[in-house]
Amino acid sequence: MLSSTAKNLYWMGRYLQRAKSTARLIEATQRMALQSRGEEAVGVAAIFGMEDEFRQSQQQSGGRLANMIDFLVLDQSNPSSIASSIGAARRNAREERNNITVDVWESLNGLWLELNARLRRDRALLDRGALIEMVRTQAVMIFGAAQVTLLRDEAYNFLQLGAFLERADNTARILDVKFHVLRPDGNPHAGGLDYFAWSEVLACIGAVRTYRRIYRSALHPMKVAELMMLRRDVPRSVHHCLWMVDCSMGELADVYGTRGEADRLAGELHARLRYARIDKVFDQGLKSFLGGVRSDIATLSDEIGRQFLLD
Amino acid sequence: MAVKAFDEMSSGAADAVRAPYRAVADWLARTSPEKVAATRAEVDQFYRRHGITFGAYGSVEGSETTIPFDIIPRVIAWDEWEHLHKGLVQRVRTLNAFLDDAYRKRDICRAGIIPEQQVLMNAEFVAMAQGLELPGGVHAHIAGIDLVRVGEKEFYVLEDNVRTPSGVSYVLENREVMMRLAPELFGAVGVLPVADYSEELLATLRSVSFSDDAEPNVVLLTPGHYNSAYFEHAFLADEMGIELVEGSDLFVDEGRVYMRTPRGPQRVDVIYRRVDDAFLDPLAMRPDSFLGVAGLLGALRAGRVNIVNALGNGVADDKSTYTYVPEMVRFYLGEEPILANVPTWRCDRADDYKYVIERLPELVVKEIHGSGGKGMLVGPTSSKAEIEEFAAILKARPDNYIAQPTLALSTCPTFVSQGVAPRHVDLRPFVLSGRKITIIPGGLTRVALKEGSLVVNSSQGGGTKDTWVLAPRPGASP
Repeated sequence: MLSSTAKNLYWMGRYLQRAKSTARLIEATQRMALQSRGEEAVGVAAIFGMEDEFRQSQQQSGGRLANMIDFLVLDQSNPSSIASSIGAARRNAREERNNITVDVWESLNGLWLELNARLRRDRALLDRGALIEMVRTQAVMIFGAAQVTLLRDEAYNFLQLGAFLERADNTARILDVKFHVLRPDGNPHAGGLDYFAWSEVLACIGAVRTYRRIYRSALHPMKVAELMMLRRDVPRSVHHCLWMVDCSMGELADVYGTRGEADRLAGELHARLRYARIDKVFDQGLKSFLGGVRSDIATLSDEIGRQFLLD
Repeated sequence: MAVKAFDEMSSGAADAVRAPYRAVADWLARTSPEKVAATRAEVDQFYRRHGITFGAYGSVEGSETTIPFDIIPRVIAWDEWEHLHKGLVQRVRTLNAFLDDAYRKRDICRAGIIPEQQVLMNAEFVAMAQGLELPGGVHAHIAGIDLVRVGEKEFYVLEDNVRTPSGVSYVLENREVMMRLAPELFGAVGVLPVADYSEELLATLRSVSFSDDAEPNVVLLTPGHYNSAYFEHAFLADEMGIELVEGSDLFVDEGRVYMRTPRGPQRVDVIYRRVDDAFLDPLAMRPDSFLGVAGLLGALRAGRVNIVNALGNGVADDKSTYTYVPEMVRFYLGEEPILANVPTWRCDRADDYKYVIERLPELVVKEIHGSGGKGMLVGPTSSKAEIEEFAAILKARPDNYIAQPTLALSTCPTFVSQGVAPRHVDLRPFVLSGRKITIIPGGLTRVALKEGSLVVNSSQGGGTKDTWVLAPRPGASP
């Protein structure tokens, strides 16, 4: 298999996951905004590291949440927008049509066609909610198609690697930003417990009911953080995602018979999340712990590029 | 005969829009009919896809329909809600005090306020539940109090539901639908959220466990998926993260209740049951019940498991006990009732019966233990033949009926085939009582979709609306 194929599949996984995470995040934020009329727009911008861009657009257009949403969903000049991400994932897939199944290609291409048809319509009449929902549900279909139809070869492992690395990064970022918006001092015990705020944080990864199932208790910031970071059985937790990343790295190492710095780092990250305890994490400071994880995820992505000649 | 009713959106001389409805009226005025039609079309789709369905008793087995949802919200101002809230807390505290008394000392009977036979001879009285000391003295943990409005400041309690009131899932789902379909409307006003109901419900259920366990095991007992409210049972169990069980999933051993799990038996501390009293325990109640758990009442009596709502609550919410509630408030709390009853004639009293039978065309007559809008007569909207037929039934068993004046239930603008028209509504707030009393803002608004109809029950073609309690203005107490 060519490095260019590996690269396309890796990035297809990342872009598709990014679009899906963004869709879910926006839905949760919008829901929150309808219930509280707070400063959600800036918070969302912060998750994407775009406070500055947002504040600039705020000066021009009043900076309402609706504008932020259009920027994150429709704006093709924003490389991280849903429209851009789906376009990029589809470009990656198109170059590898011979390496993916018809089911995967057609579900992704179908999403892209429908998205573009809607983007061409009059913006005033565009139903953003329906569009975001479509992206979220179709992305699930595409990953499902990959799961049940792709040959379990190198290509599959690169797709998985991209999707899970992106997902780990998304969850870590959401938790980092939202937690510190709600608890600027990082203390999980101080202050009142705002049910709506914390359920929104969980909703960003679609885990409100999962929380109840696991803890069967009121929402507590420390448990929210534990669920999102450390629970191995929560499929969007940082731990679960890095475990999957480690597994995919292991599969690839078996195929190629060599291991490198990316393998070491993936194993080290996985172990860090696996053996972490939530009380110790807070002793150390959530911000510094998540900061370390996030910067190592970025390094891992670079190392993967280097090791497999993707760049 | 149509009744001139108080319209909640535009009442008063010039039919000016009332303040709480201003945002809704603006929205209706500026939204194009096409947009509205498209939005309404989405609603049914949404409910079906989410499986939010309702099977009315008497319909084909397994058939599922959706309850019609009207997209124009029903709006309650903060000060109106504050008043209702106080009244509801008072009423439910009273009903709990009465139930605790009725099954223990019956002080209220000895004080001569309620005849003892009203309690003991009541068809809903459960002798096995006597003498129990329930955690917190609470019997009606989840109460649905049906309110109607007839004027700017006039609210009445139409009926208390303290057995297994249903409908709260519609409160939560209606809000989800509204936020999805008309987000622009929410931006204009502050609507108090309702999504924390499940969290409050779980806390309430846990707070009434007999055990000191920090995390008592709570389960929801359903009669199964043929039950008309099965969707709600599954919804609430999912929201709370607790197990949804049927009778066959539970068993009693040495006075304790367990659920069967692959890990072995797991102890159950609190059962939120949505199964009627008669079917709960074949050893103690109906022996032919397959819906209950043999030995459950023994475990309850041993203080090993709590059953929510308590058994025998029907003595407090039937339509004849209802007439005593204002007296109960004075007796147990020493307060004047905040929420008024609808004037009620009890047909078991000769004078009342005589009055009722002569005025059937103008009255509403209801069965004492009836529910779901069945077995009742709405005089003004019935034909002569229907009234005569009903009179015969009433004559045969006057003690089974009460009568009330036909109230001009308030109306709300509602989408009907001809456009927007006023339709009658009621309101069922849900009151949670554990170690404290919690009420999520608003409740379930039911709307009679037929023109002039006063029957809002979903089994009789009623629909629902999202109910908005507006946030207090800054400076007002929350």
